[in-house]
Amino acid sequence: MYDIIIVGAGVTGCFIARELARYKLNVLVLEKNNDVGNETTSANSAIIHSGYDPLPGTLKAKLNVEGNKMYDQVCEELDVSFKRIGSITVALDDKQVETLKELQIRAKENGVETILLTREELLEKEPMLSKDVVAGLLAPTAGIIDPFNLSVHLMENAIDNGVKLILDEEVTSIVKKEGNFLINDKYEAKVVINATGVNGDLVNELINDKTFDIMPRKGQYYVFDHFKRPFVNHTLFMVPSDKGKGVLISPTTSGNYLVGPSANLVARDEKSTDKGTLNNVKEQANNMIENIPYYETIRTFAGIRATPSTHDFIIEESETENFINVVGIESPGLASSPAIAKKVVEEIIAKKFDLVKKDDFNPYVRKYIKMKSLSIEERQRYFKENKDYGTIVCKCEQVSKGEIIDCLKRSCPPRSIKGLKRRLRVGFGKCQGGMCQPLALEILAEYYGVDRKEIPYDGTKSYILYKETKGGK
Amino acid sequence: MENIRTYDLVVIGGGAAGLAAALKAYENGVKDVLILEKEPCLGGILQQCIHNGFGLHTFKEQLSGPEYAQRFIDKVLETDIQYKLNSYVVSITKEKDVYYSNDEDGFCHIKARSIVMATGCTERTPGAIMLEGDRVAGILTAGQAQKYLNIDGYLVGKKVFILGSGDIGLIMARRMTLEGAKVMGVAELMPYSNGLSRNIAQCLNDFDIPLYLSHTVKQVVGKDHVEKVIIAKVDEKFNYVPDSEMIFDVDTLILSVGLVPYNIILEDIGTKMSSTRGAYVDENYQTSVEGIFACGNALHVHDLVDFVSEEANMAGISASKYLKGELNNTSEVTLTKNGNGISYIVPQQYRLDNIEDKIAFKFRVRKPYHKVKVVIKADGQEIKSIVKPHMLPAEMETIKLDKKILVECKELTFEIKED
Amino acid sequence: MKEFVCIECPKGCRLTIDDNLNVTGNTCIRGKTYAINEVTCPKRIVTSTVVVNSKIVSRMPVMTEHEIPKEKMFDIIKALDEVRLEVPVKCRDVVIENVCGTGVNIIATRSLDK
Repeated sequence: MYDIIIVGAGVTGCFIARELARYKLNVLVLEKNNDVGNETTSANSAIIHSGYDPLPGTLKAKLNVEGNKMYDQVCEELDVSFKRIGSITVALDDKQVETLKELQIRAKENGVETILLTREELLEKEPMLSKDVVAGLLAPTAGIIDPFNLSVHLMENAIDNGVKLILDEEVTSIVKKEGNFLINDKYEAKVVINATGVNGDLVNELINDKTFDIMPRKGQYYVFDHFKRPFVNHTLFMVPSDKGKGVLISPTTSGNYLVGPSANLVARDEKSTDKGTLNNVKEQANNMIENIPYYETIRTFAGIRATPSTHDFIIEESETENFINVVGIESPGLASSPAIAKKVVEEIIAKKFDLVKKDDFNPYVRKYIKMKSLSIEERQRYFKENKDYGTIVCKCEQVSKGEIIDCLKRSCPPRSIKGLKRRLRVGFGKCQGGMCQPLALEILAEYYGVDRKEIPYDGTKSYILYKETKGGK
Repeated sequence: MENIRTYDLVVIGGGAAGLAAALKAYENGVKDVLILEKEPCLGGILQQCIHNGFGLHTFKEQLSGPEYAQRFIDKVLETDIQYKLNSYVVSITKEKDVYYSNDEDGFCHIKARSIVMATGCTERTPGAIMLEGDRVAGILTAGQAQKYLNIDGYLVGKKVFILGSGDIGLIMARRMTLEGAKVMGVAELMPYSNGLSRNIAQCLNDFDIPLYLSHTVKQVVGKDHVEKVIIAKVDEKFNYVPDSEMIFDVDTLILSVGLVPYNIILEDIGTKMSSTRGAYVDENYQTSVEGIFACGNALHVHDLVDFVSEEANMAGISASKYLKGELNNTSEVTLTKNGNGISYIVPQQYRLDNIEDKIAFKFRVRKPYHKVKVVIKADGQEIKSIVKPHMLPAEMETIKLDKKILVECKELTFEIKED
Repeated sequence: MKEFVCIECPKGCRLTIDDNLNVTGNTCIRGKTYAINEVTCPKRIVTSTVVVNSKIVSRMPVMTEHEIPKEKMFDIIKALDEVRLEVPVKCRDVVIENVCGTGVNIIATRSLDK
């Protein structure tokens, strides 16, 4: 019997798990994929919004601003890349400048600092701006983050502090049994937290009547390789319109760049990309920056955002007592998620349990070794401890075998090629794993003591190798 | 102070180009040579190209890729040329510091008096061609599938479709068929094949594998793994032709859509790069950084390994001359320019007084040509024209010119003249 | 009259052969032999791999030392399933003698000492 079962290990579920890990509670997380942060969390703009634009008074506005402020400490504790590079919303004509002024008033109401900049002031910060840009609204507190490792390190830290995680466990049934919940006929808990993102309405409806819908909205992006020429230094937004937030151009914490997203309502599992939509993204982005180097594209991707029919985050106890919905966490969900977790625990869970802090809660994850960023002497020191730090597996991103093994030995290790890629950037570079995937696969198979065929690309069914030739070994 | 070892020549990459360059430099008196190879053995990509057809020019025999490499490796082993395996060069500097890492020495700093870059190329990826549809398992580059099959001993799928008619794709169609997979077809965006005609004959026709010219993959469909690919015909502007879709139920899509020189560490030090994404070089295969040379597929993608070896020989000789102080880097430079129908020229510049008697210019054409002339102009004045019965984008062209016809000029242009 | 592309070298000459085995379009003697073989008894070099107990690779590349009749290709591939090579192996070592009764040997095409 668990005190609490969290369904879904996206960034919301991971933050809640880690927040609950502070207390003397028996917590289980169920995740349908073979990794955490495998859906919306790993396919978004990787932005920590400042909170300047949500409508004042909404949960989005409140939790975005609160969450944004929490990120310095969270990322320090969890060893996650985070940079407050600031965002600039650019206006292309006088009418849009008026909108910027309105947005500045909204920002003030939300308690977010913004600065209106002229074209000349903007050019000093962003020399590649398109000729059409006339002014911009700078929000200095906006940041960029590594969302893959955010969710992984949150869960690693939660597990290290006593939370249990079960992967490949899709929740298909929830029943009430003697006042408690029974999930999939296997797991019992007093309280269930539904943090299932795009499937939030479906999981809610396993036990409740329909009270809201989650509308999956697909966003397609370009990812550029890191390159040396000057490009953009801030996250650049278009002025939001009736059609939505429009596309952004942004550096990432890994030195790559993102251009996107599009926004189209789709079926739940639809994550395909298409040139027509991406060309449309291109046209919009070209209004902001001159000569965008699309030839540096290393991949395109699509993510699904969980748009709630209520137009605001849904964070509440449902009709069914002790069944708590934390769903509809669309943008600015990533920025809001630490505040969401705090709200869930302090305002809802605190009423259900007598929250007693663990004396031995350790908020820190063991520092990750990043050979690429170390001096020769430091690298040699690690190498002397372990020769694997000398073997470079991913050439483009310079990741050593030692770093991979260290990652595998942690509490929330990768089980797939993509899991490894998300954590350590193995196969994230120019060749997209063309050179290193076979070696990465071999290392994973060796570590788990299985045949190479058993290592998936992503989900459990996504095999890479079909069969051994010549009748095998 | 740490004692930093200085080598006369460091060759980065122990594949076809690196081996030949090291050997040639050695033959020309450079005895202190170090080859740094990232893989656990010398030979580079040839080790996974197990098909025959290599070495007809160099050895007058049909060798497999590994055997072609073996001949060079055996020669290297007979010399004092040093080599380090599993050793990846992380960065270099313009002053020719070399930083590499391996599981024996750890992270090391050495110095070189000269460097030959022989880092080969990588394959264009699904992302680079903006492949449309689901990004799921079962989409591999031909080289990846080749490594899994020929080195690791695994087939990546049982029903396969191939996008791109590059030679590796064609070779893999045959290899996978022989090892038990069913190859359903090959789609090529262009109206002509990008592979050698012999490979169409012996890799596709022999096994009744259809080649769809002017077709491309319109959509990949699959939930966890590729389940089908939808291909469509394209018009001259590469737009999909309506109602031309064909659906193939396959579990694997192999991409053979081009190769790109791999030069991260050269780009990092600000070396001048050319449109091939290889280094910009002169007649000695010297890059914009004195004493750093480039050759092989790292410079521009070759069609035959024999030509890689030939080019690497030149780079090796140049490195030896550089070390002896015999390279003239000061006289007037002539720039080469790719005119009508030609996509690039290597070298991008030359100094007339550095040429002994002949100089080889290498290039590729943008589309297939039949019975045309390659016209060479010095500052706009035609100095030579050569009749070519056939030229294909899949094949690298070489034109060797006598020094005596190369008048002094600022710009030497190569262009195709059709009748 | 039959037409095909010569596979003897990368040049890919377009060969024509008539009923009296007169070959045209070839630019060397190998092309002529290839054309005649192609209509009488088509032959191919077969390349594949066999299992090897090496520390650095799982498969040894092999090939038929000479051309073999085209229709024997799949039989030969099957015969390779039985081979378990042990290092050290020298390039050109015979892996299977007279494979499938063709009179042609299968040879290793790289050296592996560990």
